[in-house]
Order: sequence, then structure tokens, then C-alpha cells
Amino acid sequence: MSARPKLRVATTSLAGCFGCHMSLLDIDERLFALLERVEFDRSPITDVKEVGNCDVGLIEGGLCNAENVEVLREFRRRCKVLVAVGACAINGGLPAQRNPLSLPLLLQEVYRSEPGARFGRIPDDPELPLPLNKVHPLHEVVRIDHFIPGCPPSADAIWKVLTGLLAGEERPLDHGLIHLD
Amino acid sequence: MSATATFTLDGRAIAFNEGQTILQAAVAAGAYIPHLCFHPDFKPHGSCKVCTVRVNGRHAASCTTRAAPGAVVESDTPAINDERRALVQMLFVEGNHFCPSCEKSGNCKLQATACDLGMVSPHFDHFYPDRPVDASHPELLLDFNRCILCSLCVRASRDVDRKNAFALSGRGIRTRLIVNSRTGRLADSDVTAADKAVHVCPVGVILAKRRGFEVPLGQRVFDLKPISAMADPSAALERAAARGRGPGPRGGGT
Repeated sequence: MSARPKLRVATTSLAGCFGCHMSLLDIDERLFALLERVEFDRSPITDVKEVGNCDVGLIEGGLCNAENVEVLREFRRRCKVLVAVGACAINGGLPAQRNPLSLPLLLQEVYRSEPGARFGRIPDDPELPLPLNKVHPLHEVVRIDHFIPGCPPSADAIWKVLTGLLAGEERPLDHGLIHLD
Repeated sequence: MSATATFTLDGRAIAFNEGQTILQAAVAAGAYIPHLCFHPDFKPHGSCKVCTVRVNGRHAASCTTRAAPGAVVESDTPAINDERRALVQMLFVEGNHFCPSCEKSGNCKLQATACDLGMVSPHFDHFYPDRPVDASHPELLLDFNRCILCSLCVRASRDVDRKNAFALSGRGIRTRLIVNSRTGRLADSDVTAADKAVHVCPVGVILAKRRGFEVPLGQRVFDLKPISAMADPSAALERAAARGRGPGPRGGGT
């Protein structure tokens, strides 16, 4: 048991695929060492829905709708240190591949023109968050303190940055850990 | 001037022949200076500026600056690498560089240079330009999203293939790669998969069709060694390509 107070860590996936969270879980038995030092706040791991005051926020995925932006801003307000995890958080990634297309065309194509969607309609439930015109990476909206690139970043890369943060130092990713694919 | 004239690169003596530029001499001597638009087989173009060094205290593109006896050249310094990283970040946001879907990943000089310079984010706002691909050619794919305007295909097609199939058109931010054919499509040019122009692209613009994943991710040239561990990454890529094109399970293409 550590005498030091545990750091609070929140995680979320915005316009992502949860692959980066899988990579986080892929640190395997090191999770036990991590749990000695941190406790999770809002995260798919805890299923807590609202983010509290945290030391570290890990964000996977970019911004493709208004809710993503709201959650990101809430994380920025609540977390001392914000980490963009993975390609989508850093450059929009796969969801941003829709960016050259116009949003109305896209919605039309997916919900009306696609074979099998002949009687479909573009969803307009007021509870649905509105899609953004373009998908954006996190740093275009709030200040991001650290970045872990990769699709997904390897467990070792996430571990290195996380343990660096716990130790209060920046540990640059070297060859093999820093990758953009 | 004798062949034994030298300059120093980060304190190391580099011998050069008269007429060689700093980068040409460094590559020949096995010393790495980051570069993207330079290829030892072609006349330097001096456009990407990633090879910028300090020569006797002044910034200069090492690919186009003649080596001079006794010159003091600084390259691998935190300040210069910061500037190089900013240049590479600008290249990333100006195009659409989606590495996870690119067959060139791991063999891409832009990606390898970015990783080697410790680029973990694009820093700037993305342009997300609209650049449709040209998939008209039966053997080749032309994906303009990844073009960094190095002009290597332009030089190779003009100087080696003698076809003049590519050109850079427009100015400033509107500069773009075009195909010199009646329709502007690659299929209507006389480019073939054997052309030198097809094989010099440092990024993933010109790719052979139906050759995906012949070498698995993680086992490609810059996966195995950082680009800074090779003075001449172009030669390393060509050696790897020659192996891939040879007989064996990876050979034969389609």
C-alpha cells in the first residue's frame, strides 16, 4: 500500500472505437501496480457517467458531434492534466475521413440513398447530439498537455507516459513506442 | 580543391568533392541529416527545408548549399530539430496523412522523420483539404492527399524516365501535383509501374495496386530502425523494395 494519496484518473472515448481503451487494458498485470497509485473516476471501466475533479484525464477519439465537445470541455475543466490518446484524438483519425464530404450529402447517403434505407429518414430526435460539420482533433478546441500517438498506441507507450505522469516527469516516447499508424 | 577537403558536421569531419552540397557529402560519408525532398540520385530541389542546418552560424538548406572547406555545420541541435518538427507538422496538417490506412506506413520518410523528431501531435489546425484520388491507372494508385510537393516524381519522370509525366502546378498554398496527360488522369499518361518516378515517392502518393501488406506492419524499413540510423534512407528503401520484388512469397506482385 502506498502512503501517498491516489491520483484520480478519468477516461473517455469520444469519436473513437475504444481500441485505445483496449490498449490501456493491454498493460495487463501492470494494471495492479497502476491501481496502487490511481483510482478511476468517470471511465468506461467504472461506468461512472459524470467526471469529477481529477488529476489526469485520458481522452480517446476526436470530436464529431456537439456532445463530444461538451464532454471534452468538461474534462478540461475537471482535469489538471489532459492526455490525447491515439490517432483520432490527435488528428481526427478514421472519423475525419468524412471531412472532404459535405454533411448533408453524408446523412443523405447513409440514411436515404443506401440500398436497404429506401424508407429511412435522417434521425432528428432532439436527444441526439448534432453532428459537427467536420471532425476535429482535441487540440483544436482545448489545451492538451500530452499526446500518445498510434492507432492504437501500444500498451507500452501508454504505460510509459502514465508512469511518467505519476512520477511527475515527462518521458518522451522513443523509436518503437512513437508510431503514427 | 583536393578531394580531401573537409567541413565539420556537428564536430565530425566530413570529406567532400568539389561541387558536392553539404547534404550530398554527408550522405556519402554516412552521416544523417533529416531530409524529404532530397534523393541522392537527383538534382537537389531545396523545397522542403527539413535539411536546414546552420552553416557558419547562418541557416541554409544543406541539400542546395555547396560544401566549403572548413565550414562549421550544425545539424543535430535541439533548436534546429524544433524547427524541423514544426516544418513536418505543417506538412501533416496541409494534407490528409492518415497513416493507419496508408500502405506506405513504415516505409514512409515523412512518417519516419516525424517519429524521429519526436512529433507526437500535429500542433497546428488541420486544413483537411479535399483532394480526390486518381485510381484510373490499372497498376497504380495516385493519392494526392499525401503529397508533400517534393517534386521527386517530377524530376524522376523528366530526368530518368524521359516522360515528363508529372508537374507541380499553381503557386503557394494552391501548389499541387498534376499529371501531364490530355485528361489529367494517370491512365491517360504513359506512366508504367516500372518507371523510376513511381518508386521515388517518399510518402504514399504513388502506390502499386494489389500489393498491400506484402510486408507486414512492424517489419518495414523504418519499423526496424529509426530513419536517423541510416544516412541514406532512400538507398535503404530501394534495397528493401528490391528484396520485395525478387523471387519468393513476396515477389511477383499481382
